[in-house]
Amino acid sequence: MSSLISGLKGRAELGVALLLGAAGVLVFLDANRLVTPYSQSDPVGPKTVPYIVAGLLLVCAVLLAVNVIRGGQGEAEGGEDVDLTHPADWKTILPLAGAFILNILLIDWAGWVISGTVLFWGSVLALGSRHYIRDGLISVALSLLTFYGFYLGLGIALPAGLLEGIL
Amino acid sequence: MDVWSSLMDGFATALTPMNFLYAVIGVLLGTAVGVLPGLGPAMTVALLLPVTYALEPTSAFIMFAGIYYGGMYGGSTTSILLNTPGESSSVVTAIEGNKMAKAGRAAQALATAAIGSFVAGTIGTALLAVCAPIVVQFAVSLGAPSYFAIMVLALLAVTAVLGSSRLRGFASLALGLAIGLVGIDSVTGQRRLTFGQPLLADGLDIVVVAVAIFAVGEALWVAAHLRRTPLHAIPVGQPWMGKSDWKRSWKPWLRGTAFGFPFGALPAGGAEIPTFLSYVTEKRLSKHPEEFGKGAIEGVAGPEAANNAAAAGTLTPMLALGLPTNATAAVMLAAFTSYGIQPGPQLFSSQGPLVWALIASLFIGNLLLLLINLPLAPMWAKLLQLPRPYLYAGILFFATLGAYSVNLQAFDLVLLLVLGTLGFMMRRFGLPVLPLILGVILGPRIEGQLRKTLQLSAGDPAGLFSEPIAVVVYIIVGLILLWPLLFKLFRRTRPAPKTAVPANSGATVPREVGGSVSHGSHRADGPADGDGDG
Repeated sequence: MSSLISGLKGRAELGVALLLGAAGVLVFLDANRLVTPYSQSDPVGPKTVPYIVAGLLLVCAVLLAVNVIRGGQGEAEGGEDVDLTHPADWKTILPLAGAFILNILLIDWAGWVISGTVLFWGSVLALGSRHYIRDGLISVALSLLTFYGFYLGLGIALPAGLLEGIL
Repeated sequence: MDVWSSLMDGFATALTPMNFLYAVIGVLLGTAVGVLPGLGPAMTVALLLPVTYALEPTSAFIMFAGIYYGGMYGGSTTSILLNTPGESSSVVTAIEGNKMAKAGRAAQALATAAIGSFVAGTIGTALLAVCAPIVVQFAVSLGAPSYFAIMVLALLAVTAVLGSSRLRGFASLALGLAIGLVGIDSVTGQRRLTFGQPLLADGLDIVVVAVAIFAVGEALWVAAHLRRTPLHAIPVGQPWMGKSDWKRSWKPWLRGTAFGFPFGALPAGGAEIPTFLSYVTEKRLSKHPEEFGKGAIEGVAGPEAANNAAAAGTLTPMLALGLPTNATAAVMLAAFTSYGIQPGPQLFSSQGPLVWALIASLFIGNLLLLLINLPLAPMWAKLLQLPRPYLYAGILFFATLGAYSVNLQAFDLVLLLVLGTLGFMMRRFGLPVLPLILGVILGPRIEGQLRKTLQLSAGDPAGLFSEPIAVVVYIIVGLILLWPLLFKLFRRTRPAPKTAVPANSGATVPREVGGSVSHGSHRADGPADGDGDG
């Protein structure tokens, strides 16, 4: 058991192979469920391409698993603000995702101005800014500006939500 | 139709005051967003897509032209002043450009990049105007079998040639194709991969997919690895060039253009290979080879020109065949289809005025870039100092806004998060982004051509080979797939020193060159990061 765990350590990439495999099975099962009579005008039918895609996914999953077990590794992507020397910082990611999810939950009910403010303010906070009041003001300003900008400039009415009638 | 008179009509459309204004806004927005670290041209176009929805198609595409070249130019400013290229195509520019900036010659580096981009962009756009109609004439004679073959070639080429791991490229492609399957099958009306979810029946909106993979994935990825101490951007004044700089720049500009355009127009072109080729050529031909690695102006002039010429080249297959070969073109193709316009050979006849207005505004955008960016360079440089929390929170904010405004459905934001997580995972494990995006966009089109082909041949697979062009293309596809094998044979018979990477057996350079960029150097050999365009 312990040898299995140490063997799996640093092989998080096997999860990618697993995901590919799962996707492959999913595509296959979904295509399998389609029922279409053979038709002269469409000899290929809606199932052929999904089968091919499922096959490609499964082959990739197997090859990737083999590659990773043999010590292969994908290169993480660099960039201007990316410092790969420290490991993934979950203390940033999770609050960030939280702000994003909060926005999804709030947007239709509370409206864009409120949910957008929550999104921006929460994200800035998660990313390490500590100017609470300044950030809050910027968030409100951005949300209001985009709300009116989209409404007046583009004719797109973002939801006003709770502030319906005030905005 | 006569190219010249059509082009003049295009200028007439593009130069009306309102359209001209859109071109200016496009160039400014494109450059501003392109300068921001972490935002490549593809992401720029994807993020700004919703802004153009309210416009009529012609104005929207005029704005796109500005955004396209502006985003490209913005990227080179970032790489010169920060030494960490946002796009793989700017990697080479960063090598000499940042050395020049450190040596106090940032003004000259920016000037030669801007003027070189202008020269290359103008020549490239002219070549586009001349070549596209010729390609169209050739393309109208092609039937479904040839189209199918060419699309297969484009997908395989992008997947197999670019990027450091072919296996991971194919994995990404497969995921993209699977995402492209979601929705109602257009021929039989069957629902595929919708899981009974009516909101999925229309398929995934390509804007949502692109914004999720490029913007949300990138923001999450950067957030996880945010640099504690942001890089120092080198301050810069008004760009200018002395006489000797001009003398040393003009030939590299032209040579870079010659490298860039053809590579950009090829299915797996992109800007990485021509920029590297241009760099090597300039190093070899330079009268000052000792300056290379310390800030040689030729090393900025050539690759930057190649980069922009490739950007123009990319538009040739995009407009004439409906075949995007890099991420930016893929997003633009998505924009075309969202307006109900199908790029391809019929485009020039059915939407002639729009296409020529687009080409004309590429010329205009190019000139505007030069006029606006030389004086505004110091201001763009200030954008680099934007505090990172604001930058990445802003990306998330505008990504959400953009994706939501397409259909005004919170469900799209759920998709945005799911696919953004996928984008994060792909960056973490080295899966290139470009094959996925091309898979999503080209997948349904390929399937359509396949079904048409076999419909014509009444189900006989031989129908796939019924056109000579298709056969030729399959031979090329075979060569690409067998390339690593052939390469090994070649190496065995003649042991080459430390050869690596792309399509060119002579291209021993990329890895060596890439190695000399301090940060993000692995992007040099992993160019399929999604911004892999020129």
